[in-house]
Order: sequence, then C-alpha cells, then structure tokens
Amino acid sequence: MLCYTSLDILDIQWIWQFFSSGHTNNWAVLVCTSRFWFNYRHVANTLSVYRSVKRLGIPDSHIVLMLADDMACNHRNPKPATVFSHKNMELNVYGDDVEVDYRGYEVTVENFLRVLTGRLPPSTPRSKRLLSDDRSNILIYLTGHGGNGFLKFQDSEEISNVELADAFEQMWQKRRYNELLFIIDTCQGASMYERFYSPNIMALASSQVGEDSLSHQPDLAIGVHLMDRYTFYMLEFLEDIHPASKTNMNDLFKVCPKSQCVSTPGHRTDLFLRDPGSVLITDFFGSVRKVELTMDAINLTDPIKQMEEDPVNGEEQKEVYSYADQLPVSEIIHQKPKQKDWHPPDGFILGLWTLILLVFFKTYGIKHLKHIF
Amino acid sequence: MLRWEATEVKEAATVDAAADIQGTSAPETVVPSSVPQPKDDFQEELVIRPLHSGDIYASFQFRTLWDTDFMRENKVSHYRLFPKSLGQVISKFSVRELHISFTQGYWRTMQWGQPFIPSPPGAELWVWFQDSVTDVDATWKELTNVLSGIFCASLNFIDSTNTVQPSASFKPLGLGNVTDHSFLRYATLPREIVCTENLTPWKKLLPCGSKAGLAVLLKSEKLFHSSFHSQAVHIRSVCQDWQCKTTSWELRQTLNSVFDLHNSGQTKREWSLFKMFSRTLTEACPLASSSKLYIDITDNPQGEQFELSPATSLLSQAVVLGDRRTFSVYDLTQETTFGTVRSLNLLIRWKSNEGEMLRPLLHAERYVAGYGLQTGEIHTLMYNNHPYRSFPVLLLDSVPWYLRLYIHTLSVTSKGKDNKPSYIHYEPSKDRVKPHLLEMLIQLPPNSVTEVTVQFERALLKWTEYPPDPNHGFYVGSSVISSLVPSTVAMHTNSTRERPLFSSFFPCKEESSYFVRIYTEPLLVNLPTPDFSMPYNVICLTCTVVAVGYGSLYNLLTRSFQIEEPNPGLAKRIANVIRRMRGVPPL
Repeated sequence: MLCYTSLDILDIQWIWQFFSSGHTNNWAVLVCTSRFWFNYRHVANTLSVYRSVKRLGIPDSHIVLMLADDMACNHRNPKPATVFSHKNMELNVYGDDVEVDYRGYEVTVENFLRVLTGRLPPSTPRSKRLLSDDRSNILIYLTGHGGNGFLKFQDSEEISNVELADAFEQMWQKRRYNELLFIIDTCQGASMYERFYSPNIMALASSQVGEDSLSHQPDLAIGVHLMDRYTFYMLEFLEDIHPASKTNMNDLFKVCPKSQCVSTPGHRTDLFLRDPGSVLITDFFGSVRKVELTMDAINLTDPIKQMEEDPVNGEEQKEVYSYADQLPVSEIIHQKPKQKDWHPPDGFILGLWTLILLVFFKTYGIKHLKHIF
Repeated sequence: MLRWEATEVKEAATVDAAADIQGTSAPETVVPSSVPQPKDDFQEELVIRPLHSGDIYASFQFRTLWDTDFMRENKVSHYRLFPKSLGQVISKFSVRELHISFTQGYWRTMQWGQPFIPSPPGAELWVWFQDSVTDVDATWKELTNVLSGIFCASLNFIDSTNTVQPSASFKPLGLGNVTDHSFLRYATLPREIVCTENLTPWKKLLPCGSKAGLAVLLKSEKLFHSSFHSQAVHIRSVCQDWQCKTTSWELRQTLNSVFDLHNSGQTKREWSLFKMFSRTLTEACPLASSSKLYIDITDNPQGEQFELSPATSLLSQAVVLGDRRTFSVYDLTQETTFGTVRSLNLLIRWKSNEGEMLRPLLHAERYVAGYGLQTGEIHTLMYNNHPYRSFPVLLLDSVPWYLRLYIHTLSVTSKGKDNKPSYIHYEPSKDRVKPHLLEMLIQLPPNSVTEVTVQFERALLKWTEYPPDPNHGFYVGSSVISSLVPSTVAMHTNSTRERPLFSSFFPCKEESSYFVRIYTEPLLVNLPTPDFSMPYNVICLTCTVVAVGYGSLYNLLTRSFQIEEPNPGLAKRIANVIRRMRGVPPL
C-alpha cells in the first residue's frame, strides 16, 4: 500500500487502464472456405490476414489456419510455392514459414464448429485446437462465397448465420473468449452477423445484404483475380500498423469506403461493451503481452535428478541383435501352409446313401424294393 | 562463441566414438562428470547426380544417432540433437520403426535410374510397433493424428479404409529379432499435397534448423519448382558397433529432388548450386560431426563429359544400388573448401552430350484398362531387364473397397505363358471398413515382361461419401514392388563400416544382390457420380406438379360457384336510379 502513495496521478490512471483491458493472450482463426483454382483470391485473402497477424506478434501456435485448397503448389500455378496478393507479383503472402493446420478436405463446417467450441476428439494435436480461455481475444476471419444468411464451404455444404451465432454463444457460456472480433469478406456478408446475441462481439463485413463483394485485380501471368477488394484495402491498412501503434477500431471501420469497394462495408458494435474508439487494432491483430507482477514467493519442486547412465554392460547383454532379412524368399513361401482342397472322408458318400436307403425301407417296408431295382 | 562451444562438443563426441570403436565399456571422462556425456551424433550430406536427360538429382540426408532408451519407465527429459517432438512420439506410442514420406511427382525409373530412397506419390506411412502394444489399431489411429499435427498434413484421413497389414512386405529396416506382422501397419494417401507448410516443420526438426549447414539450400520456391520432390523421416534402431549388442536410435531425414533443365529456363546444359537452390553454401552445421557434398563422376573419369569447379582432390568410391560409383567429395567442415570468397557455389559445365544410361534392371508400370463407368481392369507390368538372371519380386497391392476386385480373374503371365506365384496372400475388402490386400511373390524370368491383370467393378457410393470434387476421380495407391536384384559388384554386408549415408539405407545380407523397392504410378479412377443438383431439381419439379395439378383439382372440388350479375354500365345505372324514383322496376 505504501508504494501507491509515491506515484502520481498519471501513473495511477495507467495502472487502472492496464487492469481494465482484460485480455492476456490472443488467438486467431482464419478460414478460407473455397476450393478450385479460380478461387485463388480467397486463399490470398486469408494468407494476407495470416501474414499481418504473424507480423504483429501472434505465434503459429495461437493461429488456426484453415485453407480449403492448395493454391501455392497447385499444378496450375506458374510460380510454385507462392501466393501473390498484388499484381506483378510484388508481395508473396505465402512466405517461407507458413503452417496450415486444416487443409483440403478437412475444412468442413463440422471441423470449423468443433474448433470454435473446443469439442474435438481427444487425439487431436495441439496445433489444431483453439485453446483459448476467458482472457483471450480472438480474431475470426472468414472468406469465401456466401449469400443471405449462409456461407458456402467447399461447394458442398453451408454454414448458416444461426449456427454461427449459436457457436459463439457456446463459446461465451464456456468462457472461451474475452472479446471476439469477427470479420467476413463474402457477398452479402452483413447477413452473417445479424443473428449474434452473445456479448463482447464486434463484427465487420465487406458488404451489406443484397450487395456483392467484388474482387480487386487480376494478374495476367497467373490468370486469376488475386484478392478481394475489401481485404486488399484492409491489408494496405494493416501494413501501416506495428506492434506499438495506437490506431483504434474506428479507423478500421473506415477502411474501403464505397468509392473503392463498390459494396458498402458494414459493422456491428452493439454487443461490444467497450467503446470501439478505445479498442486498439493490436488488441486483436497483435499479441501484445501483458505481464502481471506478483509479490508472492513460489516454492520450486524438487530438482530433477539426472538419471545415472548405466555403464555400458556389453558383457551382461547376451542378446545379439541383427538386421532382418528384407526378402526372405523361402521363409515367405513356407509361411502359409499349402491349402489342400478338402475332400470328405473315404466312403462317406456310399455310407450316406446306405443310411438313406435303410431308413426308407424301415419306414415303408421291403416290398418297395422292387420299384428301386 | 558458438563455434568455440561446438568444437568442444565435437571433440567429446569423436572421443566417445573412438572409445566405442575400441570396445571399452566405461564412458570417457574428458568432460567433468557433472555434465552428461553427449551420446548423440549428427551427420549431413548432399549427393548430386547428373542424369542423362540433362536433369540433375539432388539427395539430402541428415542423420542423428542417439544412444538412449525410449522404452524405459522414466521419461527421457534431456534432448539435444534429437528433436523432442519425435522422441515423445516414439516413447508414447511404443514405436519400433517409423517411416513417413511426402512426395510430389512420380519417379521415372527409365529416365532417371534408381533413387537412393524410393517413395510413392502422396503421403506414405508405415510403422512397426513394439511387442508391448496391446491394441495396435487404436495406437495407430492416435499416432496418425499426432503426426498430422507435427507435419501439418491431413494424415488424420488415415483410417481403417486405407490401412493394411502386409504379411510379407515391409520387413523392418532396423534391428529386431522378431517379425510378427501383426505389429505392422501401412497406409498411403495418394492425394496428399506437399508444399511449404510441410517443409517448414520438417526443417525445424534439424538440429541447426535451416540456418547453417546444408539445410540453408532448402528454399521452397526452388524445391517445389522441380519435377520430383520427396521429403521423408525414417526412425529405426541400429547397431552401435560391429558386435551389435547395444543399439542406438537413428533418425534420418531425407529430401530428394530432381530439377528439370528446361523448366528452370536454361538453354545451355550447366548446373550450379545457385541455379538449383538460389543459395550457396557458407559453412557446415556446427553441431555436425561430418558435413559432405558428393558429386557423382562415374561417367566422367577423365573429365571429358563435364567439368567441376571449384576442383577438389578428394575422391570416394562407394557401392550403391549394385554398382560401384565414384564421387568427388567436398568436405564442408574444412575451411579450405569455401575458398577466399567464403562461399561454395559448385558449378558443373557440360562439354559433350554422349553417354548412355545403364538400364535399370527392374522397372514397373501400372494402368487401368477398359471403358465406361462400370467395369475395368488393372494391369501391372514388371520388366526384368537382366539378360540371364531371374529374381523374385514381392508385389503388394492395396486397392480401396469401392473398386470391387474379382480375384478369380487374376492372371499372371510372363512371355505369354502363365507364371504361377509361389506365394499369394489375399485379404478381401469389406465395404466401408477395409481395403483389398493382395501380396504375391513372383519369379521374374530373365529379359521379360510380366503382366498381372485383375478385373474390377466400380461401386456406387452413398451421396454423402463423395468428396467436394468428385469429378476429379478417386485415387488408388501405388503398388509396392520389393525385390532382391542381382548386383554387378559385390555389395558390402558389414553394416558398421564407415560409409556414406546414401549407401547404408537398406541393410545388406548377401553380397550378390541388393534390395530395392519400387513404386508404380497411382491410378486415377472415375466412379459413377450422381448429379448433385438432382435433389434441388426434383424438389422444384415435384412442387410445381403438386401445386398445379393438385391445386387445380382441390379448387375444382372445394369451391362453390355462384353466378354473379355483371356490373351494369354508367348509363344503365343512371336510368335505374330514375326508374326507381318513378317507381318502375329496374332494367
């Protein structure tokens, strides 16, 4: 208590702000739901957000990246192991250090909802789990083809806005997030956040209901559109952010006005408790670690005893090891006993007929014998 | 600072190795006894072999040896060169041997010869478990899930529908006296893609990562722009010394690539490290006890075909794949290798284009014959190109359940005559549970083509079982052909002699033949696919018919009709008003 009196007002305000923002770790779930080469731009969208998020400090262990198809090593890609976001191949968002957690056919509605709610089979590895707690800020980014109230996964199934809202409610009830930022870049994206009802969710979409989100620019060498407009301008905005910047969410809402995007981006902040002007971009996109100081003493456990290496006891080991024969022909041939065809025991048929005749004559009498012979 | 520490460790390691060779039992006490004696060793090598078509084959091998026991009760907690993630996998799942490979492209044996480490297209995983495992299938399932997280691949799609238990192939490559095949599992995913996301965790398993040594050359943009790329991890136990009473664990990470001359945009036939990898070598990995670069110059004894620069005086001969090959060696642990520029950019310039490739003795092809979407026939051809020797091959075929094989149509013919296999093992498939397994031991007559044919019928899947892109087709994994091929030179059977890594992968038991495993092409088969827009169309049509047909009938039956006077015109209405006022009946 004595230490407080020596601080001045500004320090006290800073300390209170420190304790009021609430989150201690950051997670990101980035999903691209489209398959096939002409949907290159959706993979580029997701990878550009991945790149920004990694650059601002969130490590791979805290990012769940789901890409429904492989564009980088696709045989149609004239530059393998690259995914470009700007034409003339200026920026390779795929990079050299990428870890995709769910890829190809694994990106399904079921897996996505299981990742969000944490209901995964016990043998799922850590890199495929969203191990968030009640002090985590989570960024969820979805891109693909969508419509009024649904998002299409891989051309074969859809997720509806009701399912998504219910998943977020499950997350809230299990205390799996502190604050959640939901960004969606699809056609009619605003319909996906209409049904949210859990607290502490802020949502952004690239277009309103009834509008299409458009793609930005094609590259003539690659032959497809490289990015969607909303994410392109968002990437340009994020490139100016660094881990210590104080830009807040109101600036993110202004990204891509109608003149640049053709569609009208929308946002929803009514479920969010804090004022968007006080929410920093790095609260969701970066991983600014907050340190809690403690004055308690902690007892260390007993030191790990170094295992005494047994002296190499060559004399005691009687067993000599050897390499197995790779193709032991004679052993293989004699492995299976030769299948002989099964014949019934000798005289079996004869005995069977004799029995039948005997029973017949016993029942009906010997006088029928003349009908047989 | 790092170099000084590494030197001390290296000395201790070499002293330890020397002590082992001499056969002493007590560990050397060069290092004070409070620091545990490092019993692990790391070697790296790169073999470059120019191919006759102008392409070039580069094969990286990184080997970590560790003398420890993963199977004891107290968990191993101090990891140095051996990666912790793999060590934990070995001890948790009681793994005796693990082989996993990711390949993009198909190895063309007739143009490129035999590879040092063969691998099929897609992902392949085969594991031998220890005898102590009680439920092998459950352990296998958990192991595939864990490996899918380590390598960022969708290995969790390996389940009972694509796992088989070979009865004679895939004998353990490491030590072991018991070979009960119920502890072996083999699975392949032909559709699996390899990309940078698989290379990144693979590189992270190396002691030096991709920061020093040969691994700096592994840049994804060049590696995946190749005709063939394969990366693999092999874990097994090996003998420590010639007596073979103690074992140590060996982890080999191999990466094979074939770079195409025309694909990389070159006109002249000239290769350099920079052209292949867009990097040059600057130093060896400080944790490596040996770091070497081998160039195959067997076809170039006097330098008449191509010239190497910078020149090197170190030569080495090795017997590999049944042939004695000569190699120029660059030792990266020596400072002089890097010259005054402190970087090694090897340049190979061709002068003439003559020379013929030695025809590989064993070669196989596979294709699907037939037409339509109902039936078909799988043909597997095996070529024995030896002029007078015949040798046995073991053919392993694992066909998914949705291709229903008719085994009574199985025929094996060589040179037009029937060739009866001396061993056949067939496990029929069960719909949606397990695939077909066919293993045959066939003796291939000299200089002949052996054809194995079997007819099949395509199944119609349930509509939820189709992948999102069913019109691409369904893959059938490669056949595996294991064989003991006669060798032209005597193979070395002593396994602990000092020899380069690439020649010591498959253990050799006899001198006159060497073991080889080749993979055929995977097959792409179209299954009859329904029209997926059908339910929507049916609903629309049915609703329209119901609305129009039933609706009209309903209206006819339930509505009552009344006759209604039409509304009279304006003139008539005025006339009616006047008539009413006059008291006269209206019109």
